[in-house]
Amino acid sequence: MTILENPLGNKPGTLLKNGMTLNDHRNAVLARTEETGYYDGRKELTFKDTDPIGFERIFSKVRAGVVNSREVAKKIAASPIVEQEGELCFTLYNVTGDCVVTSTGIIIHVGTMGAAIKYMIQNDWESNPGINEGDMFTNNDCQTGNVHPCDIATIVPIFHDGVMVAWVGGVTHVIDTGAVGPGSMSNGQIQRFGDGLQITCRKTGAKDTPFRDYLHESQRNVRTTKYWILDEKTRIAGCHMIRDMVLEVIEDEGAEAFDEFMYEVVEDGRRGLIMRIRAMCMPGTVKTVAFVDVPYTHEDVHVPSTFAKMDSIMHAPCEITVKPTGEWRLDFEGCSRWGWHTYNTNPVAFTSGIWVMMTQSLIPTERVNDGCRYATEFRLPKGTWTNPDDRRTAHADAWHFLVSSWSSLWRGISRTYFARGYLEEVNSGNSNPCNWLQGGGVNQDGEVHAVNSFETAACGTGACAVKDGLNHAAAIWNPEGDMGDIEIWELAEPLLYMGRRIKTNTGGYGKYRGGLGYETLRMVWNSADWTMFFMGNGYMNSDWGLMGGYPSATGYRFEAHNTGLQERIAEGKSLPLGQDRDPRECEYEKHLGPDATVKRDKQCITTEDMYANGDLYLNYLRGGPGFGDPLDRRILDIQEDLNQNFLLAEFAEKVYGAVFTTDDEGVYTVDADKTAARQAEMRKERLARAVPVKEWMETERTKIIDKDASLAVQQMYASSFYLSPKFTAEFKEFWDLPADWELPEEELGTPMYGARHTMEIGDLPDVSPVIMTEE
Amino acid sequence: MSSTYTKKQVADLVKGDLDFETVHLMLSMPKDEDRYKFYMETINENLDYDHQAIGALGPHLNYVIRSDDEEIVVMCDCGHDFGQYRSNWKLNAVIYVRDNVEKMEQIYPAIMAPDTSWQVYREYYCPSCGIQHCVEAPTPWYPVMHDLQPDFATFYEWMGQPAPAKI
Repeated sequence: MTILENPLGNKPGTLLKNGMTLNDHRNAVLARTEETGYYDGRKELTFKDTDPIGFERIFSKVRAGVVNSREVAKKIAASPIVEQEGELCFTLYNVTGDCVVTSTGIIIHVGTMGAAIKYMIQNDWESNPGINEGDMFTNNDCQTGNVHPCDIATIVPIFHDGVMVAWVGGVTHVIDTGAVGPGSMSNGQIQRFGDGLQITCRKTGAKDTPFRDYLHESQRNVRTTKYWILDEKTRIAGCHMIRDMVLEVIEDEGAEAFDEFMYEVVEDGRRGLIMRIRAMCMPGTVKTVAFVDVPYTHEDVHVPSTFAKMDSIMHAPCEITVKPTGEWRLDFEGCSRWGWHTYNTNPVAFTSGIWVMMTQSLIPTERVNDGCRYATEFRLPKGTWTNPDDRRTAHADAWHFLVSSWSSLWRGISRTYFARGYLEEVNSGNSNPCNWLQGGGVNQDGEVHAVNSFETAACGTGACAVKDGLNHAAAIWNPEGDMGDIEIWELAEPLLYMGRRIKTNTGGYGKYRGGLGYETLRMVWNSADWTMFFMGNGYMNSDWGLMGGYPSATGYRFEAHNTGLQERIAEGKSLPLGQDRDPRECEYEKHLGPDATVKRDKQCITTEDMYANGDLYLNYLRGGPGFGDPLDRRILDIQEDLNQNFLLAEFAEKVYGAVFTTDDEGVYTVDADKTAARQAEMRKERLARAVPVKEWMETERTKIIDKDASLAVQQMYASSFYLSPKFTAEFKEFWDLPADWELPEEELGTPMYGARHTMEIGDLPDVSPVIMTEE
Repeated sequence: MSSTYTKKQVADLVKGDLDFETVHLMLSMPKDEDRYKFYMETINENLDYDHQAIGALGPHLNYVIRSDDEEIVVMCDCGHDFGQYRSNWKLNAVIYVRDNVEKMEQIYPAIMAPDTSWQVYREYYCPSCGIQHCVEAPTPWYPVMHDLQPDFATFYEWMGQPAPAKI
């Protein structure tokens, strides 16, 4: 934890009962934490120990209050992203900005809103613009801890009897922030200055009323104005409901008890994580890594600057250490550099997001709060994509990198569960929750519009060590994933559904297979000047599979223009309905007019392109990775996969060794004896084609010395080598490379704009950034 | 507070036969302190060799105390010895790398598999029985991952049990 000096000196505070400024008070809490190892120096949980019922009563009331407020407030929103998918969250903070309790939903914002509060505290918002009862503040600035600009946070201070006692924050994921590309997670822009409206902890209301100038200005800067305003009302209503609830709790339980609770519960959360780690994990070190592709040299990626026109790869190695104390450390030494795209993240988004994962295994309770952060050491090296050292970076689709890197964390921590027998907690990883169908133009109501289909909220999940992953079920960023109703999406988007089906062969193979994704075929309808683009992984997989299981299928794109579908509909001819079951068979193309133009390839990131009514767009949502050797899969499970259309017969044979027959109805029956015999042969075939690892290493070493790899791969290594002498040394040691071997980025000829000359947000005058990780 | 399950329930969990209601309980309730004991008893009863398993790396791969010298090694269910547990067992495996379109098409339709100029699949098999213990999916050139390096001394301290002699 970094404790920053108050740059403003010692001034008397007016908000707190103790007379300290918010910043001095926060620094004192941090100092007591650092000095004692207990949050706020609370070695004894006096309130909890002497009045456990009272403590739990307050917890239950505030927890139920924030959850209830979320459920009620989301009905105000018109955006399907909020109302259908539940992309909102409300969190209660103590006056230092540390999270006490959070609602369900996109709980990554436990940390991001907390960072915004800390920024206001650290930069003396107390004296200018002032913090008063009835104020509201708005933040979506990615340089102040936000994940991406579309997550808009409303933050309200809570006062009791004229004394500030808490903060409440509410966040919704809005459909559009007026970025260069339409949609909330667009990718045409490459810098912050094209990433959409960014609001830095701005006071946007007083006396419980939003300022008119803010409402007018913000609406002018986004495409989807009515959704914007209703999301605003959603957040304000939720915050005010929670404020009322807090004041009721104080009246019922007493101000002193509430104040004690607001600190003790954070220490309780810290101890809770340590207890769970000791109960579930094998101590020691886990090394893991993830990658994802940024294929920008393709002709369908249009960016404003030549220096962004390059293929690159996100590299995210992580060393997880489960320490003897029961605390843990996550060190991302070796990550690649940030880039000229919208996939950069910042440390708060990175660290806060990890709690979204951990609520699904390590801390599956209501007690997730900032205490977990105090039990965790994060190291995010400066200059990497996890911690950019430049204030120009874009972040609109930070999730492209975040979800990819986190998949490896599942694998890593799952190894420690598996080692000591908690098999039910093992998760082979998360799918890459994409494609993001986005675009904009003039919609079916004649209005300027933008879309971001959140069908991604229901991708396949990773396989467990005791069961298959769930099909079309969830996304890593929202534990309550929901694909949304077709009818609602058709109201929100000028895109008719030609079909929505499970996506065959997308779950990673294994003893337990990954959950399958699904696909929807959309036809543009009743729009004008419409555009769309693709956003996801294609050339690479971000998940791996675990303990012998395979990664899921990678993505591909399908789009069709000049389809002749309106004529075919009029003539009653066949239409491309439903499934692209085996993409090699090009089923959709059989139902298009003769002049149709089709793009069917692995370029899964594109920028805004024009679509006419009748054009087609395939939204393919990915599957999850598998667990264990596929040859261990139960015969009946293989048979079920075949009969449920989850698996192409060709790969039942090639991967699982299944020997089967089909009857007249097309029902598959797998022969157990013949399959077992075939699987025995396959194990022998493996040995026949394999070589000893050390022998293979010799050939791979030669390729490295010869620099025999694609430019994207070499650029990834060169970027990591530059940023991390440690990664470089370990790489050279592993491959036993000559001492003078090196791979400088300069020799590759790829653009290096921004690689050596940067300026951080903290270099701006009067700006004191909040730093909460080791850098 | 902790939960309690029978050894049969843990054994059924390992086999994948445990009813979902109990699996759900295991997920949602505090963890059971006897899990490690029952888990190791189950694994050891299922093994054909005399070495004692003390931890698991995969469905067919364990940390075992080798009976003849008490060294802790990584061992396949078939008895193949991958060497001392502090070393990376993968370096003593055999490997098959899917590094071109033809090899990738054996497991996914071409358009649904990675482009091998960006990413390869590295399959690690037991040299004796051909079990696939691991699939890595890195870029070319990536060092072999040493996935887990357990701290057995701390683990046994946490468990309140004496540690094996050669940790």
